[in-house]
Amino acid sequence: MKQLLILSGKGGTGKTTIASAFIALSDAKAYADCDVDAPNLHLIMAQDLEPERTDYYGMPKAEIDTDKCTECGLCKETCRFDAISKDENFTVDFFACEGCGVCEAICPANAISLKPTVSGELMLYVDSDRVFSTAQLRMGSGNSGLLVTEVKKRMKTAARPDADLAIIDGSPGIGCPVIASISGVDMVLVVAEPSVSGISDMERIIKTAETFDTKICVCINKHDINPANTGRIEEFCRERGLPLAGKIPFDPEAVTAVNNGQTIVDIDCPSGSAVKEVFRNTMELLFA
Amino acid sequence: MGDKSARIAVLSGKGGAGKTLVSVNLAFLSGESVYIDCDVEDPNGHLFFKPDEVSKEAVTVKIPVVDESLCNGCRTCVDFCKFDALAFIKNRPYVFENICHSCGGCALLCPEKAIWEKDKVIGEVQSGVSHDVIVSTGIMNIGEASGVPIVKHLLNKDVPKDLPVFIDCPPGSSCIVMESIRDVGFCILVAEPTIFGVHNLSMVYDLVKLFAKPHGVVINKCLFGKNPAEEFCIEKNIPILGRIPFDPELGALNSDAKIAARESERFRELFGSLLETVMKEVRHETTVDS
Repeated sequence: MKQLLILSGKGGTGKTTIASAFIALSDAKAYADCDVDAPNLHLIMAQDLEPERTDYYGMPKAEIDTDKCTECGLCKETCRFDAISKDENFTVDFFACEGCGVCEAICPANAISLKPTVSGELMLYVDSDRVFSTAQLRMGSGNSGLLVTEVKKRMKTAARPDADLAIIDGSPGIGCPVIASISGVDMVLVVAEPSVSGISDMERIIKTAETFDTKICVCINKHDINPANTGRIEEFCRERGLPLAGKIPFDPEAVTAVNNGQTIVDIDCPSGSAVKEVFRNTMELLFA
Repeated sequence: MGDKSARIAVLSGKGGAGKTLVSVNLAFLSGESVYIDCDVEDPNGHLFFKPDEVSKEAVTVKIPVVDESLCNGCRTCVDFCKFDALAFIKNRPYVFENICHSCGGCALLCPEKAIWEKDKVIGEVQSGVSHDVIVSTGIMNIGEASGVPIVKHLLNKDVPKDLPVFIDCPPGSSCIVMESIRDVGFCILVAEPTIFGVHNLSMVYDLVKLFAKPHGVVINKCLFGKNPAEEFCIEKNIPILGRIPFDPELGALNSDAKIAARESERFRELFGSLLETVMKEVRHETTVDS
């Protein structure tokens, strides 16, 4: 099964809009949303199904037993995350604690223990021939990379053996969840936007993806909002030897489609026609 | 840290909703003010401000180093590490630097004192000025997993007292966003009028409620027709601070990294009236607080 991951660096360039169009066009049997911090793909791809829900346990969190605590302050002193404070008692800031276990290990009174903590929810939608894996990280949680890895693993495990293509929607940025999402995919499609910010972020995501053994191609969304910047992206791709899969125009009808829970290829609109070309080129590169 | 009540965070949940557009224009119109870009994975505000006199400071974290001449192979460090950042290879601990959370536990617990910690640079903080605005930007190095230490560093920097501070947050509602809003007095939530925008708005709305932060919403890219973001605000009784219309001219200026309020009278008025509303809310909250 070939895995195509859609990334952008900058948020709001159209990852989910393009991912959903690709899923519709390819009739993909496996897909996933790795933007566990702000998932949206389920809003247009899974309205009628009830998912199988599983709690996701991230890192445990420290808890102080105030009956045993002798208030020596060693935990507060050694915590690198400023997660322990003293009001009336010594307490752990649930959100600041990263579950490293240093306080538990050094407490002379054995008053601290690490407690398992639910830090997100995994959702798996399965029907007769397709599988959609997604998740939602609890707000304020960290370590989203582990959750992303789990989302992809569940998609691969549940996919039918004859599924030949998986489409994965990624998250913005270049950090932990993005790195976890790139690991093991066959190709990254970067959705660029012709703005100065978009170009800066595109360069950073391409550099990040280049540290992995994966193919990379680029498409330009909303290309007509700034033709000069679109030219700069095309030039950048030529110089770097990165294939350009196509360009999609700015299209207010895309907003209408999304707000009606449709993909842009479900309606007759300029962005929908353009994305078909991008899809064809991307598939050619992916299966080459 | 200055007066925290005058610290205003701009966040959105969804990327590309207009956080940088709003925070850059509000800081610019405030005259003497501070703009802090906490979106350290993809900072963009400096592209608009193009600050001068930029000074750079490296941000480092502690990474363990094993002194093999002292290590007796007892595995205490490997067994302790909750992040699997240490593995036992060829009878010696090996450090995976990119997974290490810099908790210091391995060095602390090693019975042979065979582990010391080196500084590893994960990014930098750049500070400069653009007219009257002090511009601080955090930039994470490519390949690093977490920018949280950079955000902490950024927000701990001293800023002149009594200046309004605008904090441009990363997208999402994870640990790094929480860190960015920890000490602010007011949160501006920027939303897009799509079902995606509303879904992500509801997440940051939960976050600011959890931390009891006073807040209001700015709806960006308003088009005619159905506006799910507006419906959400009305339903939840969230104050709408302003509406920014979808406007090709604004989009063009923004895509060229130009500060719209500097370039056009029309956008100066638009963001000027937004700033007035925001400051009225902030002052109101400060009075209620004291």
